[in-house]
Amino acid sequence: MSEHIVSPKVYFAIFAALMIGTAVTVWAAFQNFGKFNIVIALVIATIKATLVVLYFMHARYSPKRTQLVIVCSIFWLAIMLGLTLSDYDTRPHEMQPGEGRLVQPTPAHFLSV
Amino acid sequence: MHRTGDLYGQFQTLEQQKETASLGMWIFLVTEVLFFGGMFLTYTINRSAFSTAFGIGSNTLDIKLGAGNTVVLIMSSLTMAMAVWSAQVGKKKLVSIFLIATLGLGTVFLGVKAVEYKQKFDHHLVPGRNFDMKYHPTHPMPGDDPKELALEKKEVEEAFAHDPDINAHGQLYFSLYFGMTGLHALHMIVGAGLLLWLIKGSFAGRFTPQYNTPVEIVGLYWHFVDIVWIFLFPLLYLIDRHR
Repeated sequence: MSEHIVSPKVYFAIFAALMIGTAVTVWAAFQNFGKFNIVIALVIATIKATLVVLYFMHARYSPKRTQLVIVCSIFWLAIMLGLTLSDYDTRPHEMQPGEGRLVQPTPAHFLSV
Repeated sequence: MHRTGDLYGQFQTLEQQKETASLGMWIFLVTEVLFFGGMFLTYTINRSAFSTAFGIGSNTLDIKLGAGNTVVLIMSSLTMAMAVWSAQVGKKKLVSIFLIATLGLGTVFLGVKAVEYKQKFDHHLVPGRNFDMKYHPTHPMPGDDPKELALEKKEVEEAFAHDPDINAHGQLYFSLYFGMTGLHALHMIVGAGLLLWLIKGSFAGRFTPQYNTPVEIVGLYWHFVDIVWIFLFPLLYLIDRHR
């Protein structure tokens, strides 16, 4: 296996794509897409991150075992995010205004227990 | 340890040595992904519980500085990638130039971050005793845009009328803001130290087409820090801009 040298042309093309992505994400933030604002922002960020990993970090030209490590990290991250968020989302309770207030404890708090 | 030139004794070829080093770096980056992932998770849960306070907090950030810093950081990733390329094709002078450019851009990023932090201290938006989201709209600073300020004032007043605990929830947003950008900045400072070490090596002509592992490895780290920012920027700065 010989080393793959990524040419500056590719680097500059990826840089241009990242710049366009940044411009689009700022533009999209000022439009009202309702619930989809956050989805659009995250999709653009994920595409940008993928470009950085594949080309700037040479993942596309790396040995299979390096690629496996990268996929594993995404997999474990997905477990952490997916399981925790599905737990939070499926609880019936929703935070109401005034709830979660910072309360200065008084002696009565301790005596009542 | 036994060593022949740049090849350490436990490896058969320079290529094997490089692949091993790069695999090791990637495994470190996996732990970093999960580390930052935990913070993003904390952010997501709190944001969905306290979306009004998070929206107001986000709108107090300076989008021009944030977007500018994004451009600066992506540029520094480009120069870092170019430093790797220069080493791979044996252009020793270019390696130094691109590494210095990367360090310069990284320093600009940290400088802008310092300006943003100072603004938050001036506006009483640092979590703690003096935190007050009503402070800035009622105490204009020189150079404030009166239109923006009026909008901010209206937004804050409406939020307080709806939920008197906005200041408590706003502190959650700013704790996460300072925690996440602070940790990101700390990674950049570590990266700047590594770059100084690389620049020193590049002046000595250490990096050649045969041996450029340190440049490649620090590059992986630098690009990772860039990726963290690619997610931080929209999540912290662009939550509720379409007001």
